[in-house]
Formats: sequence, C-alpha cells, structure tokens
Amino acid sequence: MRHLLSIEQLSKAQIEAILDRAESFAEVGRRDIKKVPTLRGRTVVTLFYEASTRTSSSFELAAKRLSADLVSVKSAGSSVDKGESLKDTVATLSAYDPAAIVLRHPYAGAAQLVAGWADAAVINAGDGKHEHPSQALLDVYTLRRRLGSLKGKRIWIVGDVLHSRVARSNLIAFAAMGAELTVCGPPALIPRGLEQLGCEVEHSLERLGEADVVYALRLQRERMNESFVPSIREYAAHFQIDSRRLGPRQLLMHPGPVNRGVELSGEVIDSPQSLIAEQVASGLVVRMAILYELLAAGDGAPATVAGNGHATPIGQPA
Amino acid sequence: MSETRLQMRVGESADLVLRAATVLDPVAGIDAQHDIVVRDGMIAELAAPGEASADGIEEIDAGALHAFPAFFDPHVHLRTPGQEHKEDIETGARSAAAGGYCGILAMANTEPPVSTPADVEALLADARTAAAVKVGFLATVTRGMEGEELTEMASLREVGAAGFSDDGLPIRSARVLRRALQYQRLCGGTIALHEEDPELSGSGVMHEGPVSAALGLEGIPSVSESTMIARDAALAGYEGGRIHVQHLSAAESVEAVRAAKAAGVRISCEASPHHLCLTDEEVRSLDPRRFKMNPPLRSEADRQALIEGLRDGTIECIATDHAPHAAEEKEVPFEQAAMGVTGLETAFAALYTELVLPGTIELGLLIERLAGGAEPFGIERPSLALGSEANIALCDLSARWTVGEDGYESRSSNSWCAGKELTGRVLMTLAGGQIAYRLRTFSMGVAA
Repeated sequence: MRHLLSIEQLSKAQIEAILDRAESFAEVGRRDIKKVPTLRGRTVVTLFYEASTRTSSSFELAAKRLSADLVSVKSAGSSVDKGESLKDTVATLSAYDPAAIVLRHPYAGAAQLVAGWADAAVINAGDGKHEHPSQALLDVYTLRRRLGSLKGKRIWIVGDVLHSRVARSNLIAFAAMGAELTVCGPPALIPRGLEQLGCEVEHSLERLGEADVVYALRLQRERMNESFVPSIREYAAHFQIDSRRLGPRQLLMHPGPVNRGVELSGEVIDSPQSLIAEQVASGLVVRMAILYELLAAGDGAPATVAGNGHATPIGQPA
Repeated sequence: MSETRLQMRVGESADLVLRAATVLDPVAGIDAQHDIVVRDGMIAELAAPGEASADGIEEIDAGALHAFPAFFDPHVHLRTPGQEHKEDIETGARSAAAGGYCGILAMANTEPPVSTPADVEALLADARTAAAVKVGFLATVTRGMEGEELTEMASLREVGAAGFSDDGLPIRSARVLRRALQYQRLCGGTIALHEEDPELSGSGVMHEGPVSAALGLEGIPSVSESTMIARDAALAGYEGGRIHVQHLSAAESVEAVRAAKAAGVRISCEASPHHLCLTDEEVRSLDPRRFKMNPPLRSEADRQALIEGLRDGTIECIATDHAPHAAEEKEVPFEQAAMGVTGLETAFAALYTELVLPGTIELGLLIERLAGGAEPFGIERPSLALGSEANIALCDLSARWTVGEDGYESRSSNSWCAGKELTGRVLMTLAGGQIAYRLRTFSMGVAA
C-alpha cells in the first residue's frame, strides 16, 4: 500500500491488517513514555485546507508518537491565502522530502492529485464530500473492539448523507466487514442512486429498533437556508436520536463535532451506549497504524530507519 | 434579410487529383470509387478510377483512402478576444482543419462577449488573415450575456453574424427569450440555446445519479436540461421562431426535441462526440481534464437515447463544443476545474472508432451528421457533387493513432480522447477550395 486515498482501494484483509496494527499501538498508549522510534528522522507533513480538530490533532500526535518530525500547515495564514495553487504548495512542501503528506481538502480527488505529484505517501484526511478513509477505519476499529465482528450486524447511518464524506467511506468499510446497512434521512439529504452502493434507504426512524448500531451524522445549520429541510425543529422531531428512540442494547456513534439537541439529544451523547469518546481514542491508534503501514511496513521499506528510507549507494556498482 | 458571413484566409485555390478515392457523400448520393479532380478550388470532375487526366497538377494516390464532404461544426470556442492563452482564431481553425472540418461557428462567450457589430467585424477581419477554414461568428442574444437586454440583433446580422447565442449560460428569463424570438422575425439568425435551469443545476459538477452519489459530487439532474428545452420549444412555437438546441445530453432532452418537432416547432439540435461515446462512469477517475464539461457526461441510457436520436434524425448534427482550457485550469480537484474539453481534432476518429466500427451506426450516417451543422444556420452544406466548392476530408480508415502523441494543433490539450488509441485519421482537408491541412507524415506523393 503506497497511499491511503480511499476506503474503496482497500481489501478486507488490508483493513484488518491496519486494525490489528492499531491494537498493538493501543498498548503503547498505556506506557509511561508513549513513544516508539519507528519514524525517527522522517518527516510527516499535515496540510489542512479545512478546519479540523480531531483529525488534525490525532494525525499530528500519531506522527509524534512514532518519533517523526512534523510540519503542520493550515491554509489560513499560509501562502494558500495568497492564491498559491495546490500543485505549487505541494511542490514547496516536497522540498522537505517528507515521507508522508496528510491532506484535508474541501474538494473531491485532491489527495489523488497530490499522490500524482509528490514522492511522499499521501493520506487522504478527507476530500470534499468524497471520502474520509481514516475515519472509517477508526469506526470499524471501535466497533470491532466492542462487538468482536461486524458480520451480520445491522448498522443504520442517520442524517445528512448527501454532504457527508464519513457516510460514504463508512458505507464501503462497514459493507466490506460484512455489516448490513441502512441509510436514513430526509429525501433531499439522501443522494439519488445511493441504494446502488448496496444499502437500504429509509425516510423514517420507525424501524430503527432493528439496528444494532446507530451512526448519526452532523446536520449543518446552513442546510436550512437551502431548503433541504424546513427547520431544525422539524428535523429534530423526525430524525433526532434521543432516549425514546435509542434502545438499551443499541450502540451509538457519531464522527463529531456533534450538534447537541439537533441530530443527537444530550442524554444519548452521555449515555453508556455512546461510543463517541471511544471513537476519538481509536482515532489516535488507528492513525498511528496507518502511518506505520504506509511508511514502515511491507515491501522493502525498513521498519525502523534513520534517514529517508532510501537505499544507501555504498557498495553498489557505479 | 441579412446573410451570414464566413471568412477564411485568402490563399491559393487548390488544383489536384485524388486518384481512385472511395467517395462517400450520402446527401449527394455518391458512394463509389472515383478520381476527384479539383481545379481552381472547385470539384471539376468525378471520373472513373484512373480515367481523369491530370495534365501537370498534383496527383494523390487515394486508392486506399476515403473522401468525404468536409465537416462543419456549429459549436466551437475560439476564446478570442480575451482568452488567447487557450485558443485563438488561427490555432482553433488549424485544429478544425486537422479534424477534417471546412467550416466552424465560434461562440460569443469571450471576454468581453461578442455583443456589438464592431466585435463581429473585427473577428471576421482576423479570420480573413488567420483562419485555415471558414469561420463564422455568433453574437450574444443579450448584451454582455447578462440575460437582460437584447443586443442590436439586426445590425449584428447586417455585418454577418452567423446567429445568436449566450452559450455557456442559459437565457434565464422566458420574457427575454420571447423578445429575441419576436425580433428574430426582423433580422433572421438562428438562436442557439444552452439549455439548463440554473436553479436545478445549482453548483453541480457532474450528472446526478449513482456515480455522483458514490463520489460525493453535486449532481446536475437531467431535468435541468429537458425542462428548459420544453419551455423554450413552447416559446419558439408560440412566436414562430427558429431555435437550435446545443449539446443535448439527456434522454429526456431528446424526447423533448422530438415532441417539439412533432408539434411543428422550428427546432434543430446537436450532440457532441463525447456525449455519444462516454458516460458518467468515466468521472470515477476524478480526471477533470478529460471528463468535466457542461452539460456533463450522463448515463448509458442517456447515451443510447442520443444515438437513437442521431439515427432517427431528431438530432441533425454533431457539434464538438470544442472548449480549450489552459493546463492550470484543469490541474486542480474536479470540483474546481474549468468545464469543457477539446474535440475538433478527434471527432471523426473517435466516432468512427466508438460507433461505426462496432456497428452501432453506419459510416454514411456519421458523415452526414458531421456536416449537418451548416444548414441549421442557413449555411450551405459541404458537398462532393460536381461543380461544388472543394470541401473535402481525405481519411485513412485503417490508420491507428494515439491521441496527443504528437501534440495538438489546438493551443490547449484538454482533449477527452487524450491517450486513447483511435482508428481512422484525417490525412488532408480541403476547405473553401484551398488546402487547409495535410498531416505531416502524409507525403505529397505524385502518382507515377
């Protein structure tokens, strides 16, 4: 695996390899010194064109725990503000010879483009409304720890699917792990033709009781202005996950940040069924595992190296 | 009523013999091997193979080649004035000549848009020194393409504007289009319409369907196009106006045009090679250079409906919507990239490879539709009939070539065929009685 651009590119075995690796990093997190030397001397660049709290912080901490040198670039306050193109920004950052570039971008396919321009391994930390593969991996990891296996488990993804890259990556990842998927939300927020991705589509929570896991999505307030739904009140009345709708044996997930009182009521967020805090904790170890898989595991790349992982020319014929 | 003016570089009239070419002109009823003798830029003789006397003029051994009436494209963006870094009259016309075209119509959505008689006159004067093929210029329907006030349509026609179009944008206001259709009675000039309801298209970047759902890209629904066609066909019918619908992409649109024709509306339409050959599945690559354009690539069912429309005559012509863009406008994520692909140099080869070779349509139908873009604008269709001006596309139907391998005649390289291997190649084009193009590797072989 050279880049992580989408969940679609991963086989079930590759997903499981990353999750197994993440389990081993969970142990590192319980030590007093939570650091391993795996990426010592190598550079990880995070390049974020959109606001992010948990994705950026967990990738940064993951790189540090693996002893990489870290360069964090946010579009605000950088040359991006001055109109520099993505291509030129990547060329500039490539001068530092990074081993990996972690990219968050508001448009689909940005990570794929960067992968074509840079020598570094590229990790898609969210591209437009397209994919968010590390989120899907950490969600599968979280569920696998709780349920053992996702096979045959019924997962409902509820809310604004149209604008959600998390929904798209998770549909693919959950399906790859054998789960049965239902997507539920107001009709204008479910993209036309989505059922061809292999999920059921519902416009009511009536049958929510069938779900083993309820995965709620964030509803952005600006969607009201575009008439996707008439009002927050009406949305909450029909689609909010609250303690009446969430049964005691059902698990609740959310990618964050939560709109308390919109897609989720306060009491379910804080309930024992909620995995939301666990998802954040999983984010760190799964992102360590992603960096490890791309930079230190597999064919030819030495597991722990000083320098850039390039073979030394000494001893080779001129 | 005023006449459309087409202009090209003034040069030497061709004198040559195409020896034993397979000549195909379905409209003129020619389908046989002939020696074609061109003298003084006119088709002077169609003789039995080997029978024509050359008496000193160039002879070309065309025994393995096909001669078609050269093509006519009613929908090309020459980006002049204002965006000459993408294309200009010279490079665009050369690109057309390389594709076997003898004539093209340039769209008016330049910077600034072509909205005044002086704009049209200046462009025609440029074409007279720069264009290898005949070029006509449409003017905008509304001043500055702002969709509000009509241009001086009668004066524009008097200086030779080929018609009117706000292409690139729809005419949002039904009232404004109605006024233009009324005024058209005074001055003529087909009104060519880019049909799209901006309310439905929103900021969509591809066809709305399972592929847009999978990619998380905002979709442009098919009904964005077909509802506007229905509206405008109704207006044209009511006012007795003459409209031409540009770049049909959806099955519903073909149906809307078919219904309008059945109702007696004076309406014609075009489809582009990329909509006839590709579907939205291509967008999975997220490559905007080849696959982002407006209207977007649609579903396989839409593509089949376009092919059926081409067959039954609902769609009378193929137009490339040749839309050059600079590299930096395409080297960005899909949603940010400019809309449009180039198509002049590959239209014939792509359609021959994708539709004729697999047996989807007949070669004769393709040839007819590639020259079908003249008549909707009141321009005489290129013909190989005896006594016609020499407008000839000489093609090798067995040649295989890789698009872009030797660069492009166009200034831009955003070809939807980039990297494709195609069969069938234009070796030489005669336009307006002059030699407009000769493939570099096609020797000037004088027959023994």
